[in-house]
Formats: sequence, C-alpha cells, structure tokens
Amino acid sequence: MLFGIPWDTSSNLAFAVSILPILLIGLWVTIQATVLGFFIALVVGLVWAALKAAPTRVISWPAAVITEFLRDTPLLIQLFFLYYVLPEFGIILPAFMTGALALGLQYSAYTSEVYRAGIEAVPRGQHEASRALNLTGRRTFTHIVLPQAIPRIIPAMGNYLVSIMKDVPLLSVVTVLEMLNVARIIGDRTFNYLIPLTMVGGLYLIMTLIASGGVRFLDRRLPKTGIPLK
Amino acid sequence: MTEPIIKFDKVVKAFGSFVVLNKLDFEVKPGEKVTIIGPSGSGKSTVLRILMTLEPITDGVVYVDGQPLWHEKSGDGSLKPAGEPHLRKMREKMGMVFQQFNLFPHMTVRRNITEAPIQVLGIAKSEARDRANELLEMVGLTEHADKYPHQLSGGQQQRVGIARALAMRPKIMLFDEPTSALDPELVGEVLNVIRKLAEEHDLTMLLVTHEMNFARQISDRVCFFDQGRMLEEAPPEELFTNPKEQRTREFLKAVLEGN
Repeated sequence: MLFGIPWDTSSNLAFAVSILPILLIGLWVTIQATVLGFFIALVVGLVWAALKAAPTRVISWPAAVITEFLRDTPLLIQLFFLYYVLPEFGIILPAFMTGALALGLQYSAYTSEVYRAGIEAVPRGQHEASRALNLTGRRTFTHIVLPQAIPRIIPAMGNYLVSIMKDVPLLSVVTVLEMLNVARIIGDRTFNYLIPLTMVGGLYLIMTLIASGGVRFLDRRLPKTGIPLK
Repeated sequence: MTEPIIKFDKVVKAFGSFVVLNKLDFEVKPGEKVTIIGPSGSGKSTVLRILMTLEPITDGVVYVDGQPLWHEKSGDGSLKPAGEPHLRKMREKMGMVFQQFNLFPHMTVRRNITEAPIQVLGIAKSEARDRANELLEMVGLTEHADKYPHQLSGGQQQRVGIARALAMRPKIMLFDEPTSALDPELVGEVLNVIRKLAEEHDLTMLLVTHEMNFARQISDRVCFFDQGRMLEEAPPEELFTNPKEQRTREFLKAVLEGN
C-alpha cells in the first residue's frame, strides 16, 4: 500500500492494474517538476541571454561565466548543492522546489544559448528599421525581435522540454516522490521490480511522444516570419 | 540665402583603417531634392546611414536642422558626443527607406505603419489608423492593409516602406537605393510614388540611386561621390550632359551604357 492505495499481487495483470493509480500520482509529480523546471529555464534563460547581450562587459562577462559553470557541472552536483548547502545559509526549500529549481537553473544555461541564436538570427535590418522609427530598445526587443525569434527557437526548446522530463528521476535522490521513486518503493515492498519499472518506462514513452508531438504542432502552426501582430 | 537643413562639416568615417568618408563637406537646403550617385564604396549610402544615426562618425560635425546630430553642447559650449535622448530627438526629423525594405514581417501592413506613431509619437490608435489609411491610399495599397509583407510583391513592400517612414512626419526623407533590390518590372511603381512625393510635398529628399533617368527627372541637384568625397555637384541637366570631372564622365559612361 502506498498513498493509501493497496496493490493486488494475485496476478501480474492485477498487480499492474492496481499500481497504475499509484504510479500516476508519481507521474503527476513528474509533470509538475517538468513544467516548473521548464518555466524557470525559459524565464531565467531569457534573463541570461539579455545579460550576455549587454553592451558592457561588466554585465555580459559574469553572465557568461555563470552560464558556463551551470552547463559544465553535473545536474546531480547542483542538486546536492541546493539541497544540502543552501540550508546552511538558512535557505530551506521543500525537496520538490529544490529539484525543480536545480533543473530550471541548469537548463537555463542551455536555453540562454537557444535564445541567443534565435535573437541573432533576426536580420540586422530589423534593428535598423526600428532605430530609424525611433522605437525604444526595449520595444524593439519585445515587439520586433522576440516575436521573430520565438518561432526559430521552438524546436530547440521542445528538445529541452523532453530532456528536462527525462532528468526528473534524478530528483529521487533528494526524496522527491516522482514516478521512478514511487516505482522503486513499490518494488522494494513487493520484490517485483519488473512490472513497475516497465510501466514507468512505458508511461515515460507516452509522455515524451505527447510532448514532442505538441512541439511539432506548435512549430507547424507558427509562421516562420514570426508571431503575427495585427 | 537659406540655412542648410543638412550640413556635413569635414566629416570622416572610417572602419578601422578603411576610410569611407574623407573630410566630406556637403549641404542640403530645406525642401531640396538631392540625388547622390557614384560607384559602390564611394560612401554614398554611408551619408544616409550617418544621418539616420545608424553609423557613428569618426570625426567632423554633422548638422541637421541647425543642430549638431552626433554632438551636444556641454556646459562650456564645446561639443561632446551626443547621448541617446539627443539622438532620439534628432531622429524624429528624418525618415528612411531601405534597399531591403526592412518591413516587420510579423506585422500586417497597417501595423507596420502605425506601430511607431502610436509607440513613439503617442498618437491615438484610431488617429494612427486613419493616417495609415491615407498613406496607403497615397501609395496605392489600400486593399492590402491587412496583409503581411510576404504576401506582397517587392514593389508593394517598398511602397509600404515609404508609407511607414512618412507616418512619422519627417522633415527629411532618406532613400537608400530604394529600387536596387527590385525586379526591373517593379521599379517603376516605386519611382512613381517617390516622384509624386517630390512634386507634391516640400519634404527635403536625399536619394541614393542607380536610376540615372529618374535622378535626372526629380532632382534639384545631383552629387557625384567618389572615394569618400563629393567630386562634383550640379543641376541634373548639367551634370549628366556636361560633367566637368573626368571620373564623373567615366562613371556616367559606364552606367548609361550598362542600361
């Protein structure tokens, strides 16, 4: 029994059916961690990209160093650091938040590069026309550059969404009850690992197929010229 | 004698060791229609890009409407490099039409025209729309207002580009090779719009082009640029029929025979 839901070990099929609701509770945590981690990666990544594009090195350089550091150290180390070291400084976050934050921060380093490439792909003439029309730098970024950059970055961002989803099981090491952790507990208690782990694999496959299908749909829907503004 | 609205005073523009403008002196009077011709690399487009504040100058002073463009007066009366607020104020006086159109591809034709007036000049949406409709009528594109740039031909896109620049009510219009990126059969429709503008408005117009016949028809004055300097300037009839300089003769011969 887990989360108050009992399992039925009379047959393999009955066992599988009975633990499915338990795994789905774990899956829901996985989805939440993925969405929150991805959201953090998208927002923080955009901040990194903006800072790295800053005209003065005092701003761009630290941003470049931090993102390089985030990219070149393992997620597990960052996760342990946030989970075990931050409390020493009085910052105590729930395990789930720590995990999502670690995922989001590491992937923000990757997404910042995607933003940068997408932003740089917007032709120089667009900046010149904006300047000639006296649009502010901020307006140019939000209404001219970003809408044209976003369709170019969606496929790469979609890949990172799937990657984040596949990295969520790492959060089990800091006690987050995501799907793999739930399956392991079921295995520990029933000595049947085959069925729960197989089901986790199957559920993951379904999830990633749905996610990449959604990204492809968005990619097809958005015109390559940019997000339309009437 | 009216004061020039544009004045280049010994302007130098260099990219590294490559000198594009070499102590250029150049003036345009209010309402004057001036065409700049010359071989590529002669610095003619750079003159427009400096005016539109897309390229900073290396040395000298540029005046627009009596005020230094790239400089501000500091406390003791000497000139110091201008900050963004000054450049913004100066930019309001000018509009630019680009060789590659540079329309915003994700905005409808109407939005392309209304975006800056609403955001920069603070004009009400309805008023900006009315003004856009007037301009679209002027350039003959009323029925295309709700289309996106990629749905238009090059000539139509460039006419939108002209309408977009005019929407900011500039005193000076800068045309940087406005027909060079167009298929030959689309050049005429764009030139007709520019011609109408030249005839019906007291706008100051500065045009860089390779369309010699057109330059001859609409200009008050034609300037021949070579190697970063203005080598010769004259009313069009004079410059095209009886150029003084050998380099001008060679250039005109090469260009006109090419047509």
